[in-house]
Parts: sequence; C-alpha cells; structure tokens
Amino acid sequence: MSPAFIQGIVVFVLAAFVGFEVISKVPPTLHTPLMSGANAISGITIVGAIIAAAFADGPLAIILGLLAMAFAMINVIGGFLVTDRMLEMFKKKPVAKK
Amino acid sequence: MITLFYLLSGALFIIGLRGLGSPRTARRGNQIAGAGMALASVVTLVYVFDHAGDNDLGVLWWVIVVGAIIGGAIGAFLALKVKMTAMPELVAAFNGFGGGASALVAFAEIVAVGTVVATNAPFATETEVTVSLSIAIGVVTFSGSFVAYGKLQGLITGKPVALPGGPFFNLALVLLMTGASIWAVGFNEPLGYWILAAIALVLGVTGVIPIGGADMPVVISLLNSLSGVAAAMAGFVIGNQGLIIAGALVGAAGFILTVQMSEAMNRSLANVLFAGFGTEGAAPIDAGDKPVNSATPEDVAIALAYAQKVIVVPGYGLAVAQAQHAVRDLAMALEEREITVEYAIHPVAGRMPGHMKVLLAEADVPYDVLLDLDHSNPRFPHTDVVLVVGANDVVNPSARDDSTSPIYGMPILEVDLAATTVVIKRSLAPGFAGIDNPLFYMPSTMMLFSDAKAALEHIEEALADL
Repeated sequence: MSPAFIQGIVVFVLAAFVGFEVISKVPPTLHTPLMSGANAISGITIVGAIIAAAFADGPLAIILGLLAMAFAMINVIGGFLVTDRMLEMFKKKPVAKK
Repeated sequence: MITLFYLLSGALFIIGLRGLGSPRTARRGNQIAGAGMALASVVTLVYVFDHAGDNDLGVLWWVIVVGAIIGGAIGAFLALKVKMTAMPELVAAFNGFGGGASALVAFAEIVAVGTVVATNAPFATETEVTVSLSIAIGVVTFSGSFVAYGKLQGLITGKPVALPGGPFFNLALVLLMTGASIWAVGFNEPLGYWILAAIALVLGVTGVIPIGGADMPVVISLLNSLSGVAAAMAGFVIGNQGLIIAGALVGAAGFILTVQMSEAMNRSLANVLFAGFGTEGAAPIDAGDKPVNSATPEDVAIALAYAQKVIVVPGYGLAVAQAQHAVRDLAMALEEREITVEYAIHPVAGRMPGHMKVLLAEADVPYDVLLDLDHSNPRFPHTDVVLVVGANDVVNPSARDDSTSPIYGMPILEVDLAATTVVIKRSLAPGFAGIDNPLFYMPSTMMLFSDAKAALEHIEEALADL
C-alpha cells in the first residue's frame, strides 16, 4: 500500500472516532435537524465532483462529471438551506403570551 | 498545504455538528458547517486552477459551472418550497443525490483512466477496492433513499413488503456484488464496476422495501451515514483528504444518531432492518363487538370547557393533516378560559424523532409547554382531559400491560390514566405497528372520528358557542 493510502486510513479512523464522540449527547428534539445537517455535510463529495468535472477528458467523463456536480450541489445547497429553515423555527420563540 | 485547508474545514464541520447537538447553538452550528463546506469548495477550485495543465483539454470550467447552477437551483427550490411536514422525505432525497454523486465521482475516475491510459498510471489495487466500495455504497444509498422517499410520500406502499427468501435475498445480492468487484479489481475488467452498480441499484430497493414506513426515519439516518462513508471512499479514490475527513465524520456521527433513533423507539437497529414490523402475522383486529364511545365535536368542547388542566398529545395524524396551527388556535381559546394547556411529545411523535417539535414551533407554540416523556407521564393522573390528536401506537397501553404484544416495553405516554381521554382519529384502523389499541375501548375514552384539522376547528367553534 502506498504511504498516501495508509495516511488516508489513519485520517479515516481518527475522523470516525471524532464523529462518534461529537454526537454522544443529543436530545431527541434535535434528531431531525441534526440528521438533516449531517446529511448536508455528507455533500462534501462536492469536492470530488469539482475535480471529476474539471478534469473530465471525454464525452462520457463530462456527462459523469456534470451529473456528479449537479447531484452534489443539490445535496449541499438543499441540505444546508432546509436545515436552516428548520432551526429558524426553534429560534423565534414567541415572547410569553398575555 | 491544500490538506491544511481541508483540515480547517473538517474542524468547522466538527464544531458545527457539536453546535447542532444543543437547541441554543443549533442554527449557528449549521451555519458553521456551511462555512466549512464553502471553504472546502473554494480550496478545491483553487487546486483545480493550479493543476489546469494536468488535463489535455484544460480545466472544463463550464462543466463545473453548469452542474453547480442546475444542482444549486434544484436544491434551493426544493429546500425553500417544501412544507415542514414533508421534511423527512426531502432529507431522504437530498441524501440520495449525495450518495449518487459519490458513486459518479468514482465512475468518472475509472472512465478517465480508461480513456487516457497513456497519461494516467493504472490504479493500485487498494485504490480499485475503494472504487468498488464507493460505487457499491454510493449507489445503494442512492436507490435506497429514493425508495424511502417513495414510502414516505405514499408513492410506494408503506407496509413492509416480504422478499422471496427474506434477508437471504439481500445477502445473495451482496455476494454477487463481491463477485463483481473481484472481477473488476482482480481481472482489471471495467465492465465489473458497471455490473456492480446495477446490482447495488437493486440492493438499495430490496434492502429498504421490506421495512415499514414507520421505521423510515431510522433507515434514512442509516443511509445518511452510508453516504458519508461513500464520500470517504471517493476521497480514497481521488486521493483527497478533505473528503476522507468529512466523510468519516458524517459516517460515524450518522451511525450514532441512527442507533439513538432506534433506541427512542425501543428497537434494536437489527430489529428495524431485518424484522419487518408486523409482517409475521399481526394480531387480527376484532373491533366489531367492542363498545366504543363515539363523540361529537360538541361533546369534546364541553369536556374541555369544564376542565382545568388539558394535555395535548400530538401524533403522526396531526403532522399529516397539517393541523399544527389548528391545535395552537384551540389551545389559545382554552387559555382564554384560564385552562392550562400543555403538550406531551413522545420522542418519535410525528414522522421522525424531533419532527413534532419542529411542527409546533412553526405554529408558534411556546417551547416551555412542550413536555417530554419523563415529564408528561407523572402529570396524566392529575389531568382532566387529554386530547390525543392522530397518535396511536405511542399511547397504546398494551406496551405497558400486555407482555404478548409486539410493542411490549416500548415507552408510551400513559394517557389512559387521565380522567378523560379524547382521541381524534380518522378511524379505528391500527397504527404502524398493526395492532389494536385497548385505549379506544375504555369507558373514560371519547373517540372523535374525523380528520385532525377539521376536528380541531369544529371543537374550537363549538367552544366559542358555549
């Protein structure tokens, strides 16, 4: 295995442990927004999509790159916006009535 | 150097996820994570600009721009237009696109190697293995998410669909996929990847379709975790640390969240995935000969008017009928009569854990009258009227009393302990668990058979006439 690949595994395992730790104590109320937010972060594949789109070198590669780019953007933009919309509602707690 | 920027965006994701775990900081957390994503994207664009000479065709900026505009417009349109009640299926759809994108990135990489063999060194075996994983996981996420979407939208039956051979059917598909990967990797046969993708497409469907609609949130959360893993695998394929960091982070965080969600339903994850709830012959429902107290909205209004303490138990039916504003209006009318109104929220009320609080918050219900399970149950014995709106399984006393019941042991809201329980429901039909609810036949229970929204509006009108 190449050193870069081994380094990748190291990073993967450490990041996974961080992921486990970060989530340990979430109230059920926030499960929905958290799932939505985590979903938006999984749109990180946009990084791969940009590279695939930029360096496409034939018709098939261009189609694949274009689709990857569009799919990833739906995930990223949609994911963050919808999470924000959800959380905005938690924010505007009405001042105690009467 | 570029890796340092990815590390920074990874740190922003971690801070963001942490923020999302607490109500006060949640919105800020999401914005911080969004900033991390923007940073990662910009850094990648700079990287691409720097390496423009690597491609004979130069950098295809138009592909990036066109793809970004199409995807961004679709994503923004859906996110801003969707009704709050349709949130779970939208998350599923977004997630499906993310998984699909990871698979496409891996495919683009194989295609590139296939056409410019002269300039690109062939992949190392370990990289080819990650190509297979990226395609397999990404495609399963893609098709599985859209089946989940279809189930929640009612396009596909919400009931568990039994597969020939049960779980072994899917196991066979996994073995076939392993075979296709070995063919692709071991024998350098690109066709193997396409076959792998085709089987994965089927597995996403057959993996999700045997699971009942009520369990879809857990499935979506699991698929969300998988799409993170797919992104990390795509990171190995193109040798990008940013993808690996964020992908592994979401994969792990999503998995923990999945486990927490199934715990909130008192089920193990394995039970959700492999035991289609109710497929093994749910108890037959013989409601025919049991007496039911059927009530009119006027009856309910009178019961409410003479109460001092009312607790509302909102459920799935309220979410579907979009009755969150109607329930808020009724509560305000009651408060004008100096009646205390609180809400008891079951952890899995609505269509996803936490969904009900989002809906009520949308209707401007103050946060401090929303009670969770532990705070609600001690209050029911001292409550005059409990108004159950479109909830069923979460208030089923069988979970507490009947050890033979499939839902025995599930935490419930003990609404049967209140002086009077009003259940607003369209019919006596069973809930997702597919079992009968003894609550409906109790002498202290009034059944109001109606759509949740219409019923609440009628009660409010009747109350005004009193």
